[in-house]
Amino acid sequence: MTMTLDLHSRTAHELRDALRSGETTAVEIAQSYLDRIADVDSRVMAYLDLWEEYALEEAGALDERLAKGEDPGPLAGIPIALKDNFCTTHGTTGCASRILRNFESPYEGTVVTRLKDAGAVLLGKLNMDEFAMGSSTENSSVQPTHNPWDIDRVPGGSSGGAAASVAADEAAIALGSDTGGSIRQPAAFCGCIGMKPTYGRVSRYGLVAFASSLDQIGPFTKDVEDLALIMNVICGRDPLDATSADLPVPDYSESLGREVSDITIGLPKEFYTDALNDEMRAKVDAAVAVLKEQGARVIEVSLPHTDYGIAVYYIIAPAEASANLARFDGVRYGFRHPDAKTVEDLYKLSKSEGFGREVQRRIMLGTYVLSSGYYDAYYLKAQKVRALIRQDFDRAFEQCDVIITPTTPTAAFKLNEKIDDPLQMYLNDVYTNSANLAGVPGVSIPCGLTDTGLPAGMQIIGKPFDEETIIRVAHAYERNRGFDPGKPPLE
Amino acid sequence: MEYEPVIGMEVHVEISTKSKVFCGCANEFDAPPNTHVCPICLGMPGVLPMLNRAMVEASIAVGLALDCTISRWSKMDRKNYFYPDQSKNYQISQYDLPLCHDGHLDIEVGGETRRIRIRRAHMEEDTARNVHTLGSGESGVDFNRCGVPLLEIVTEPDLHSAEEAHAYLTALKQILEYLDVSDCNMEEGSLRAEPNISIRPKGSEELGTKSEVKNIASFSGVQKAIEFEIRRHKKILDEGGAVQQETRGWDADKGLTIGQRLKESAHDYRYFPEPDLVPIVVDQAWEDTIRETLPELPLPRRARIREAYALSEFDAGVITATKPMADFYEATLSAGAPPKQAANWLMGDFQALLSDSKTEIQENKISPEQLAEMIALIEDATISGKIAKDLLAEMFDTGKDPKALVEEKGLVQISDAGELEAMIREVMESHPGPVADFRSGKHKAKGFLVGQVMKLTKGKGNPQLVNKILDEELEKT
Ligand SMILES: [Zn+2]
Repeated sequence: MTMTLDLHSRTAHELRDALRSGETTAVEIAQSYLDRIADVDSRVMAYLDLWEEYALEEAGALDERLAKGEDPGPLAGIPIALKDNFCTTHGTTGCASRILRNFESPYEGTVVTRLKDAGAVLLGKLNMDEFAMGSSTENSSVQPTHNPWDIDRVPGGSSGGAAASVAADEAAIALGSDTGGSIRQPAAFCGCIGMKPTYGRVSRYGLVAFASSLDQIGPFTKDVEDLALIMNVICGRDPLDATSADLPVPDYSESLGREVSDITIGLPKEFYTDALNDEMRAKVDAAVAVLKEQGARVIEVSLPHTDYGIAVYYIIAPAEASANLARFDGVRYGFRHPDAKTVEDLYKLSKSEGFGREVQRRIMLGTYVLSSGYYDAYYLKAQKVRALIRQDFDRAFEQCDVIITPTTPTAAFKLNEKIDDPLQMYLNDVYTNSANLAGVPGVSIPCGLTDTGLPAGMQIIGKPFDEETIIRVAHAYERNRGFDPGKPPLE
Repeated sequence: MEYEPVIGMEVHVEISTKSKVFCGCANEFDAPPNTHVCPICLGMPGVLPMLNRAMVEASIAVGLALDCTISRWSKMDRKNYFYPDQSKNYQISQYDLPLCHDGHLDIEVGGETRRIRIRRAHMEEDTARNVHTLGSGESGVDFNRCGVPLLEIVTEPDLHSAEEAHAYLTALKQILEYLDVSDCNMEEGSLRAEPNISIRPKGSEELGTKSEVKNIASFSGVQKAIEFEIRRHKKILDEGGAVQQETRGWDADKGLTIGQRLKESAHDYRYFPEPDLVPIVVDQAWEDTIRETLPELPLPRRARIREAYALSEFDAGVITATKPMADFYEATLSAGAPPKQAANWLMGDFQALLSDSKTEIQENKISPEQLAEMIALIEDATISGKIAKDLLAEMFDTGKDPKALVEEKGLVQISDAGELEAMIREVMESHPGPVADFRSGKHKAKGFLVGQVMKLTKGKGNPQLVNKILDEELEKT
């Protein structure tokens, strides 16, 4: 097995090349990842449902196709894992919630089908905050996930399992969902790349909804080339999702290796305030300097309604969630309380015991802001401010091509540190949620380690449907940053 | 005190698109429970709705037929409430921006035309059906109906009697049938009418407190429920009481309404825009395309048919009562039938055959061409009108061509004067008594002789010719 030992530490494009050159097989790759998971996941606790047998079978079938000279697709043999809110016909789809524990989806989401059609080998389902509500993955009803860089710290959330799995080499690529920062924030905490594409770029069909107008599926990868590789597969119009954009999808690999001398970077002054930790600021400043050296122009821009982002987000997201989660009532599927005698009891008991505290808090918040007499003051006003936030981005992008900010105000915090203070927890999304409100794409890319050895993340936000430029800038940075962010000290 | 009733009407119509409004499941009534379901209409986690374009087009067609303004920009909303007949615990509907608004429908009551304003017509999805007859105290939910497209048509409170309400529903149903967008079957629930009723002192401008009546399964039920509510409101007011704003249910067996839900306990539906669907944009070109496909509507068609074919107002009304009937009539004329005769046959014997066998005209075996051919056989004296009645029944049963049947059954009229003359002489010889009676002035006796001749000809004697020859023979002495 010595030959396969290092396979799990490679990137997806390296694995692809190794497979095509005949250096290795899909089964060897899958086995290497499964061995790695067996080795470290008892500490990281990223997986909720591991598909060992399935993965090896799929990999075996791929090897047979490759042996026949077939082309199984751009992701052939790449081990990929999915956040637990992706509907899959294999295994369970539980959203890390008691109310959906052991739930088996009768259908498969569009993105999952695209991955399979591209030859990906799916490894299983990953931990998350229950129904994607949280910033630390501590709201999982199953288990907490640990940050591979420091086992006492959170991986971020809500896609904490996905970020941790890629950082710990337990998956080559993972897919998560981002409603207010749920991909970018854990990517920053775990030191991997995490992208939230433009709203409408990736089909949401088969993603269990949290807040429909904000949710977007996106990838976690080990490098920017892998980001281009996976984006080429998951993006594009889906006839099953009315909100998916009917726009052509470029070949993102063409954004790799390009110059940035014609790029103007905007630094929003509202993001660089005292709330930002000095060390994080220094890391981002250094990263921007790297791009400047490559010829990019750097200017200050303004996103004047930034301060309202969190407030607007915590009205709109819970409002939509209160309706989206209404269907989990014990009538057709999921947890049904055994003591219920009447329909009303069935609802009350199943929901009270099926949903965790944070989910219940947000359902109540959302129900309240939509209630007659409060709608105008909360929901309607929040929608108006959301339009202003979107307008902020439109105006800023008249002056620049990308906006660069820190992804988070601080590096990963400790487990249990903020779990009893929802407001502190909500502030984790302060730099990320405005991209969801505006619908624009953003990526978090590692920009170094803090003195205590924790990853810092830089966020690059682009114009709507201009993921190309983001990938181009991210790759220019990655090529020229002059250091290797290294691997978490799990060994 | 004298009161004036003020009535508004909400009608829910199931639109008969091929598939449901947000998924690809068949839109079909009466299938075994939960056979027309999929993850989308079952509200499984992660599914998304896609708005059925055919539903939008049918709704625009109805809107245009009701002279509504079609919204250039409208949207779907979520109406939140918990009930097991909903798979998502919210219904996708339209709240503040309906697809169609501000239209009207003209109705005729007591020889007068009244204009009833249509406030709005909006799209939504039907709910599932809860079944409480499984036994063992358990209830079931049949999701076949969940996601069936519904159009809700709401009037202004412009109706002032149960009779007007009935006339409105009849006219609305006629239009929906002309547009061929719904089965409009109240018993099966594809058309549901919910009147809201209030009364006010005659001459007053202020509206009284209204009650809304649900669970009505027929137009006559609507009429009776409204009459009941008017009486109930009057009694309360006359006794010095106050009408409560509430929803009441119609009990057809007992002929009364029963209070169901007071306004205070009404749901807070927490409407908000449906984020899973994009706005519905209807540009002028799309609206025009749909307008061009609209069929001629009942009122203009009635007027045209009355004038073009010189029919009476009554006949034109019967002929245009349904689109299939009017289409059949005009097709019969195209096949060469004279308008008056075609109308008489359609409204008389043909209609009786349809009613007796409970057959829809579009499903019957006789084609307009065959009916025209049959009328032509009468016109050219091949058969008598009397024979034609039997022939029509035969055609109705078998679908065979009239000419073929006439030959097959030997129904051709005897118009050969010589042949008839011989038969008449035979009758006169074997019935000398009546012949003598006639000749002595008892003219009634002729009827008997005609009858005997027809009997001898097996009913095929040309009646005019038989009369003429018999007269001639009787004159001879
Ligand atoms: Zn369906």
